[in-house]
Amino acid sequence: MTPIISRGFRGRRRDDGPPDRVPPGQYVTDDFPVLSAGPTPHTPLEEWDFTIVGEVDELHRWTWDELRALPSEEVTVDIHCVTKWSKLDTTWQGVRVDTLLDGVETSAEYVVAFCDGGYTTNLPLEDVLDGKAWVAYSYDGEPLDPEHGGPARLLVPHLYFWKSAKWVRGLRLAATDEPGFWEQNGYHLYGDPWREQRYWGD
Amino acid sequence: MAGTAVLGRLTWLPVEAVEVVPETPRVKTLRLDVPDWPGHLPGQHVDVRLTAEDGYQAQRSYSIASPPGAAQLELTVELIEDGEVSPYLADELQPGDRFELRGPVGGYFVWEPSRGGPLLLAAGGSGVVPFRAMLRHLVHQGGSVPATLLVSARSWDDVIYREELERLDGENIRIVHTLTREQPEGWAGYARRVDAEMLAEVGPAAADRPHIYVCGPTPFVEAVASAFVELGHEPGRIRTERFGPTGG
Amino acid sequence: MRLDGNAAAGILRQIFAVEMTEAIGTCAGCGKAEAVGAVVVYDRAPGTVLRCPHCETVLAKLATDGERVWIDLRGVRTLELRV
Repeated sequence: MTPIISRGFRGRRRDDGPPDRVPPGQYVTDDFPVLSAGPTPHTPLEEWDFTIVGEVDELHRWTWDELRALPSEEVTVDIHCVTKWSKLDTTWQGVRVDTLLDGVETSAEYVVAFCDGGYTTNLPLEDVLDGKAWVAYSYDGEPLDPEHGGPARLLVPHLYFWKSAKWVRGLRLAATDEPGFWEQNGYHLYGDPWREQRYWGD
Repeated sequence: MAGTAVLGRLTWLPVEAVEVVPETPRVKTLRLDVPDWPGHLPGQHVDVRLTAEDGYQAQRSYSIASPPGAAQLELTVELIEDGEVSPYLADELQPGDRFELRGPVGGYFVWEPSRGGPLLLAAGGSGVVPFRAMLRHLVHQGGSVPATLLVSARSWDDVIYREELERLDGENIRIVHTLTREQPEGWAGYARRVDAEMLAEVGPAAADRPHIYVCGPTPFVEAVASAFVELGHEPGRIRTERFGPTGG
Repeated sequence: MRLDGNAAAGILRQIFAVEMTEAIGTCAGCGKAEAVGAVVVYDRAPGTVLRCPHCETVLAKLATDGERVWIDLRGVRTLELRV
């Protein structure tokens, strides 16, 4: 049944944006909506670490200070949420995942990002390499807010933003593609916004 | 009929606004025509869906303000400044305008006189909406269940259903106000946020085993529910409905 | 947004075709039982997540594309409904 159009309803200030930058079905917003599957974790920085585990030669681990000492870069990217909002020209500071995986020996082709609070998301390994992904700890020049994933989140802007896992604590390298928190329950395994891969079968 | 209200496949029902009634400067009650409305229980809510011409949709939940059997379904909406749905419903909507709703839903936050009392209701701002349905229903049923409603509002002008609450205050229903930001000249009532001391004074006591319902913004609900537990009320007899930080 | 179980009443009614907020679920994490209306709901997560109010274990995940609904109930050991 076609929904009833309500006279005069426009919704949030939004526009379609330049088509070469806004994937199909998305609208551009100036807000930064907070989406969360659970309470905001608050791991003290002295207890925080980031690890690479799974199909690896040995466990790789960085404390917060060690992560912050790694070469980092500022990037400006567009982000696209599966709930249809896109935000253009967002600025982040973080460590490239390439830097973290440099020197890590593996035959794995997939990763699972795991997080404080238990959230997980899966990606092909190649989708976090070659400058396509970061562990980001600043947004818009400020330390990343806990409600937006601070102290650090994964940033993978070429995929729907549920893949940019908040409160990330590490990557598990895996031989097969293991569906994460939402991928197990209807959300697309890969999540390419340009092919509108929101849900299973899309 | 109770059975009709809780069973049945849910679909989006077409709704037409019949009348828009101002309650306070930021709050309006919508009187709605919903053909095929299956009936509802006091405390239930509906999900409202708005669709824009370009297909964009937004959805929010609203407690039903009217009691079972009312001629029109009523929703009371508070205008939230940076909200998305409430500015439309509380500021734009005209009689004759149409939208959709799904419901009634929510059996957990329901109270009917048959459940017994005493009934103890604590409302923060627009959290009073489902309680109006409960109290109107109690009055229509001619019930004598003792009921106490504590309403927290910023000021006297912000009290929703103010005149109606004054009429309800009487034999078995007691209405207590607390005005947290400003009070009228000569105000002798409570003038602070709800706390355990106030709840203990307002009563009923934990020993009376009241059915407790708390509704309003999340911080209000959490503080009041904790205070009730602190006073010894059974957690199992406290039902909460948080609106979220804005509900808008 | 963190809400009460009642906030999921609409989507649960669509899935189960009966009112679910008074059903009693036993948490697979801690074993405590609560009415669905009393659990913690996170909506727009992007889907909906129901968590145990005692131990925060995920009781259920709900997602929908408007035509299909997916539900994961692994966190609920048992669900008791009145018929």
